[in-house]
Amino acid sequence: MDIHEYQAKEILSNFGVAVPSGALAYSPEQAAYRARELGGEKWIVKAQVHAGGRGKAGGVKLCDSEGEIYEACEDMFGRKLVTHQTGPEGKGIYRVYVESAVPIDREIYLGFVLDRSSQRVMIVASSEGGMEIEEISAEKPDSIVRSTVEPAVGLQEFQAREIAFKLGLEPGMVQQMVRTLQGCYAAFSELDATMVEINPLVITGDNRVLALDAKMSFDDNALFRHPQISELRDKSQEDPRESRAADRGLSYVGLDGNIGCIVNGAGLAMATMDTIKLAGGEPANFLDIGGGASPERVAKAFRLVLSDDNVQAILVNIFAGINRCDWVAEGVVQALRELEIDLPVVVRLAGTNVEEGQKILAKSGLPVIRATTLMEAAERAVGAWQNDLTQATKVRAVK
Amino acid sequence: MSILLDRSSRVIVQGITGKIARFHTKDMIEYGTNVVGGVVPGKGGEVVEGVPVFNTVKEAVEATDADASIVFVPPPFAADSIMEAADAGIRYCVCITDGIPAQDMIRVKRYMYRYPRDKRMVLTGPNCAGTISPGKALLGIMPGHIYLPGNVGIIGRSGTLGYEAAAQLKEYGIGVSTSVGIGGDPINGSSFKDILQWFEQDPETEVIAMIGEIGGPQEAEAADYIKNHVTKPVIAYVAGLTAPKGRTMGHAGAIISAFGESASEKVEILSAAGVIVAENPAVIGETIARVMKKAA
Repeated sequence: MDIHEYQAKEILSNFGVAVPSGALAYSPEQAAYRARELGGEKWIVKAQVHAGGRGKAGGVKLCDSEGEIYEACEDMFGRKLVTHQTGPEGKGIYRVYVESAVPIDREIYLGFVLDRSSQRVMIVASSEGGMEIEEISAEKPDSIVRSTVEPAVGLQEFQAREIAFKLGLEPGMVQQMVRTLQGCYAAFSELDATMVEINPLVITGDNRVLALDAKMSFDDNALFRHPQISELRDKSQEDPRESRAADRGLSYVGLDGNIGCIVNGAGLAMATMDTIKLAGGEPANFLDIGGGASPERVAKAFRLVLSDDNVQAILVNIFAGINRCDWVAEGVVQALRELEIDLPVVVRLAGTNVEEGQKILAKSGLPVIRATTLMEAAERAVGAWQNDLTQATKVRAVK
Repeated sequence: MSILLDRSSRVIVQGITGKIARFHTKDMIEYGTNVVGGVVPGKGGEVVEGVPVFNTVKEAVEATDADASIVFVPPPFAADSIMEAADAGIRYCVCITDGIPAQDMIRVKRYMYRYPRDKRMVLTGPNCAGTISPGKALLGIMPGHIYLPGNVGIIGRSGTLGYEAAAQLKEYGIGVSTSVGIGGDPINGSSFKDILQWFEQDPETEVIAMIGEIGGPQEAEAADYIKNHVTKPVIAYVAGLTAPKGRTMGHAGAIISAFGESASEKVEILSAAGVIVAENPAVIGETIARVMKKAA
């Protein structure tokens, strides 16, 4: 789960990480008013969206007056911000963060991630802050400092000092850097984060170490023990179909193609998408309905896939292990009857009781296109999508 | 003697009183697995599917001489159960539970390192379908009937995709020595490389099949190991060629976040290490059949 910059800053500052003073606003009036509360002469207005690359996309503005803040906000609110991380549809701006501008001497990159190789938390830092980490590793790989944290004892001071000195910090600044690193690690481990990124972490003209930006992501599997983090969820930043799926316990990712997929198991779902592509089509979605495939889940899955207007054919691929094909087939028949689907539907069943399952589909009298292998299923789905409806009917007749 | 699991393995089921655990306990016993007990704190003294339930793993091990365990405990408590098994002297543990926090798994891995290598429990999973040595024993949730006994060792991250591969092999009349699910989580008990070492040593395994997917470094690490240490033919398939970058595809660990983690990059790395890559999921069985024919 992702949160906004202002939320990450509030969390990190509770763990001892210094941040510039700032205030949240839900309207241009509020933004201008809150800037006056903050005081000073220069402010940064930042669109709060769950994506990086806001600066280049016009989501961050430096302002000299309350009037400028008002104008900047009028331009931002209600607009979709399109950055290299949002995809073409962008993310809506419904909140802005107004922050006092600070004089910057140096910019540092600081990230905490779960390193899957060492199976530990890894700190990644670079003296080349302000650039994306991908750019830094491509252009200035030698500037990157890495350190992993021993989980039994946590981040030690000497490790933090090593990082600070490797980044070339003045000795007088090292202690502030140690406090920042330890604060980030404490937040990461206590709140079950999967990522903390401060880019840039700046050294100001008056010798302070400040987090100018902050991003945090959290482990969905650990939210059960962090209700205060669940509360920070902002559905306006999620794909509505994906949030709906998540609320129903299904795992869905929307894609750009037009063949809707309903599959049990994540690996098989990806393999099904790959086979559709191989057969000359494009999958409309990833959808894992879970190891079991009860009739209710199958019906929910159909509804979800159909909520995507781009879908022109549906491929159901179920490998029944413990559950049985006849039971899954009943679910498919029930869903098709209830939802009156007029798109071509290809169903491939495999595993336990496959013959009984096929019989149920055949007997239903519904225009289901049946397939026995994965490849056949993908080819039939792509064929049904490519042909017009009459040709699709012919395929059904042949079957 | 197959790897990790055999007819002689004495199995306990952690979380045995749950609905799903009960179902699979019955299924494992029917398959021929030697299930000797179960563990649920506070339910000691009960009997489930004909086997005694104990309050702690230690008690269960003392009473039954169990050496293997399968964990069906809900996510908030699963990590604790795995560590309990490790501490009680269990040799092999499969964790089925999906949804364990990543940092809990980091702690589990750290905890297990307190034991010297020869005393350290082997863990596979979490978030996996388990392990099966066809015709001998099943420590998992997979449908036993789709596996024939034979000489292909399978290592896979995904449950149903593993079934797909086994079913394709069955079509060719090819059997499996052991199939090991390593699970779809970012922090797992055993990696491809760990299981490859077992299969390389196993006299019953002639050919090894790896079923990978996007995300994480373990396929690439396996490629490196295969190049230098594996003499048996290795076939691989990597799911997720059409998966977008930066999105989690069902499995918590199936997300492309760094170079070398996409399906096409993994295919390239594995091919360069001499692994025979099945181009698509529909030809996994066919590719293995071809390699076996050539080897024979």
